[in-house]
Amino acid sequence: MSNAQFEIQLIASLVAVACAIPGTFLVLRKMAMISDAISHSILPGIVVGFFITHDLNSPLLILLAALTGIITVVLVEYIQKTGLVKEDTAIGLVFPALFSIGVIMIAKNANDIHLDVDAVLLGELAFAPFDRLLIGGTDVGPKSLWIVGTILLITITLLIAFFKELKVSTFDKGLAASLGFSPAIIHYGLMSVSSVTTVGAFDAVGAILVVALMIAPAAAAYLLTTDLKKMLGFAIGFGIFSAISGYWVAHLLDASIAGSITTVLGLVFLLVYLFAPTKGIIAVMYRERQQRIEVSLLTFLLHLKNHDEVEERHVNHLREHINWQKVRAKTVLDLAQKNNMIYIDNNIVSLTEKGDEFTSKAIDYIITNEDGQIEDMKDDFFLFRG
Amino acid sequence: MLGSFAVLRKQSLLGDAISHAALPGIAIAFLITGAKDSNTLLLGALVSGLIGTFWIRGIITKTHLKSDTALGLILSLFFGFGMLLLTFIQKLPNANQAGLDKYLFGQAATLVESDVWMMAIVTGICLIVMLTFWKEFKILLFDADYTKTLGFNTKTIDILITSFIVLAIVLGLQTVGVVLMSAMLLAPAAAARQWTNSLAVMVFLAAIFGAFSGVFGTAISATQNNLSTGPVIVLVAGVFVVFSFIFSPSRGLLFKQIRFIKNRRDLQLHKTLAFMHHIAETHEDISHPHAIKLLNNFQGYTKSTLQKLVEKDYVKLQGNMWSLTKVGFDTAANLYTKQSTEDE
Repeated sequence: MSNAQFEIQLIASLVAVACAIPGTFLVLRKMAMISDAISHSILPGIVVGFFITHDLNSPLLILLAALTGIITVVLVEYIQKTGLVKEDTAIGLVFPALFSIGVIMIAKNANDIHLDVDAVLLGELAFAPFDRLLIGGTDVGPKSLWIVGTILLITITLLIAFFKELKVSTFDKGLAASLGFSPAIIHYGLMSVSSVTTVGAFDAVGAILVVALMIAPAAAAYLLTTDLKKMLGFAIGFGIFSAISGYWVAHLLDASIAGSITTVLGLVFLLVYLFAPTKGIIAVMYRERQQRIEVSLLTFLLHLKNHDEVEERHVNHLREHINWQKVRAKTVLDLAQKNNMIYIDNNIVSLTEKGDEFTSKAIDYIITNEDGQIEDMKDDFFLFRG
Repeated sequence: MLGSFAVLRKQSLLGDAISHAALPGIAIAFLITGAKDSNTLLLGALVSGLIGTFWIRGIITKTHLKSDTALGLILSLFFGFGMLLLTFIQKLPNANQAGLDKYLFGQAATLVESDVWMMAIVTGICLIVMLTFWKEFKILLFDADYTKTLGFNTKTIDILITSFIVLAIVLGLQTVGVVLMSAMLLAPAAAARQWTNSLAVMVFLAAIFGAFSGVFGTAISATQNNLSTGPVIVLVAGVFVVFSFIFSPSRGLLFKQIRFIKNRRDLQLHKTLAFMHHIAETHEDISHPHAIKLLNNFQGYTKSTLQKLVEKDYVKLQGNMWSLTKVGFDTAANLYTKQSTEDE
């Protein structure tokens, strides 16, 4: 592994961490789309900054871009506050407008320089190590490494300093306000950090990847845990993992690094989405199926208890009566028999003693709806355990 | 047109997500066919757009992630994957690959006649479907539960609307590009929303706004060099939106402000009148003159309010003195009782 390769991976990992932290809070605050909006609307800021300095690497660019990001947030909030449109519509209106302004400005005035829309949106990580920062003639590493590192440092400092405030204001705005933290300050603080991160990272990895790095690890982590600290940890872990493995995928396919990191992120999220222990799609579907069967079983038992007549309890009749499909009826019958709730004699279904007792309890529970009743039932039957 | 539904369904950013999600579809279609036939590419875009949409829906319904997260997620992931494929394609020895990235930013000038025909046909189909299922769309939009109880298959209708939104977006991609598509979808609808509360009028207005911004935008960009069409169209649409926000008669900011000021004036007028009434009550003769100075300490009193009262014939002015007329006294008394009954 050459030095340049190592540096690329280091930059990518740093960006991933720097994005994962604000990203987690954005996801929790239901403001994920803001990051997308910011990443697009910083374009005019960068263009204006470029006109002033004529230097793509000046810090003024980052400052102006971050400023545009904050302007975006303010505009979105203002439009939203007028009550004329919903928040998502406000976002959808503001950022394309700003982006258009940026594109037009580039097209009109900066056609001959390498400030390209593609470069802004997509970035290219592969060239990052060639743009080196020289201090007093000595090479101290790639420039973007320093930029991203600084941003990451600031983000982490802020996170540790204001962790409690962030946490409270994210989950309970009212409580935060009554405890004396201003939600507005925290809100704009978070927004500023997000825009600075977006801007700092976009140069290295491109706007779209920034959005992906912000949202995807946080979303995947959110599916795995509900603890904020763990979620942050997971998000950072996913970010670094995808950054490094994404680099190697790109190396293998000879394709864009940003694109392959995003793809790996997508795969990671897909895996988590499918297989997360309690919130994954498979777990949810399994649970839903279980619950459906349990409810059917209960319905079935109640039906048996209500009817003493032989003809109401005939196996074939049940199928017509409760209006079940053949397979489903059989599953329920088998299940009930396995649990010793019923016995079938000559195709006539009857409740056993255990089944009878259980059904009475279930009726009690349904009528009174008290949680106390359910506790004993949990022990002798698997129903209601969800 | 279809944007109206998106806006009202609070799925405004869906357009943004879909337009990004279409990219891998375009790339894959190109990889498979190896040709740059716009119809196949659009088909690919359509398919991947639909996959993206339904995945978004799956995330929202099956997990506790919120819609914004799902949208941002799908958007960035699909787009990143698309980029991966595009860069992969660039390395392939195929001369046809150039210009695929045109889809990213769109170039209305590159459209050829067959594309226009295709768009016209699809627009026509959209219109027909919309008119046929108008009632269903409308009812689902405003009261999904009610629709279900009426026995409509909400899922089918839902899928139908979504598919058409996706279709419209994919078609529009060619003209304005990925980034600006969401604005094309939203801006006309958001502008139209300000002018009316009726769905039919709104859809109609949105179509007009959209068409106008298209025409003006293209015209403006044609007059100048180096001005790409998409951004100009979006900016024109943005101007429409701002204009609507400010000037729409019932919801606009301007009229809201005017109403607000008017209400405040009215309140001040009433307060002054009530205060006068209060003073006049202490005298047997209601039209007993009082000094204007008396009112100076009273908040809400201005010369213009006094003038207005005179105009309404509630108050008579004589030099520095004022007196309530009979009409004014009665109105004020009414006002007073009305207020006190409202208080109770």
